Amino acid sequence: MKINLSNQDVQSVSVGKVERLSGEDLKKCYQCGNCSGGCPVSYKMEIPPTRIMRMLQLGRLEEVKAANSMWLCVGCLQCYSRCPKGCSVAAVLEALRQEALRESADRVDVKELPMPLLKKAPQQAIVCGFRKFVS
Amino acid sequence: MNQVLMKIPYYPGCTLNTVAKQFDSSARDSALAVGFEMAELKQWNCCGATFPLAPDNLMGLTAPAKVLSGARKVGDTLTTLCSVCYNVLKRTNSVIRESKEKRGVVNGFIEEEYDGSLSVLHYLEVLRDRVGFDKVKGAVKRPLKGIKAGAYYGCMLLRPFEDVGIDNAERPTIFEDLLKALGAEPVEFPNRIECCGAHLAMNDEEVVTRLSGAVIDSAAGMGAELVVTSCPLCQYNLEKSRGAGSSNGVPVIYFTQALGLALGQDIETLGFEKNATDVMPLLKKKGIA
Ligand code: SF4
Ligand code: SF4
Repeated sequence: MKINLSNQDVQSVSVGKVERLSGEDLKKCYQCGNCSGGCPVSYKMEIPPTRIMRMLQLGRLEEVKAANSMWLCVGCLQCYSRCPKGCSVAAVLEALRQEALRESADRVDVKELPMPLLKKAPQQAIVCGFRKFVS
Repeated sequence: MNQVLMKIPYYPGCTLNTVAKQFDSSARDSALAVGFEMAELKQWNCCGATFPLAPDNLMGLTAPAKVLSGARKVGDTLTTLCSVCYNVLKRTNSVIRESKEKRGVVNGFIEEEYDGSLSVLHYLEVLRDRVGFDKVKGAVKRPLKGIKAGAYYGCMLLRPFEDVGIDNAERPTIFEDLLKALGAEPVEFPNRIECCGAHLAMNDEEVVTRLSGAVIDSAAGMGAELVVTSCPLCQYNLEKSRGAGSSNGVPVIYFTQALGLALGQDIETLGFEKNATDVMPLLKKKGIA
């Protein structure tokens, strides 16, 4: 696939915002692949952690935002724990979620959640889910 | 010998007050049996169940900061049982201690003057560092002899290592050391530090079934007959992935239930009936119940 890259993409303000919201320096990632290797949900991500980092380095924010990856991240921090460069893909994905949620793009419709689930599931799952999926 | 009970301020968190009452009660009873009392905070609120990873999200720190500042007024230590509460409180505590700027903003919101000087300890750490596993071992009245038990750590007790790690992040032993003290035979299994699927229990059952299923399979594959947890969400996900009461499934219990059992507490008081998997057949088979 041909990629058109411009300086403008790579140094875009919106990617800078991801760095600010995550506190991560995206350029630190040298693509070793440890994060995707350890990530328990990478099998289901449209763009796995390592590629998320690379695409953001290249300024391809819109594609990353359109993928399901950020909504699947369970915050287990295996990526961070095993990254030789000390990058937290978890924080980068949180920044992407925050961006979406701060624009009120909810992932879950609370009214649609099944009652039996709400009654049986631990409160912590529901509170955490609301924090991750609802603005 | 007349022993003075050590009192440790205790934060139960929402889940232990509702669907995981057996975790709370077995921990309180066991504490008394090994020499400390869990003094529940008079007033507490939900910790938020998520440590905000975006550094500008100070709003997410206010709820746990409120808990911490309340606890500091009654002591210098706070203990908790749920791995998520522990993770959130401990990480928030570090931020408040280390960043003067964030401390100021958060304190301004909650109208407190908290400085981060509390020690946040998981109950497992209290047993290891304040009580001592030797003393726990000495208090055992009903050893869990012959039970091959897999300790499931999950994520929140171990990562990120620099803020919360109660033990080596890749090769922890604290949980196995406790099981050994209780007379069980700990089984180290590969997935003991892998995620259970966490809050995806809310909207993605496939992931939870797959990840939690892999944990149980991994434990059973190494010969475990029982899996022991320290978090109500792990407990829920692990039990659910196997289906309630499934006869070939490995039962899953809270570590405090295993503790209470070994300390000789009445089996009826341990709340095993509240678990979704049935541990009784195993206990009967081993001559423990
Ligand atoms: S582990 Fe770290 S350096 Fe390696 S690919 Fe992932 S983010 Fe990049
Ligand atoms: S924190 Fe998220 S991205 Fe990182 S390993 Fe866990 S699920 Fe994957």
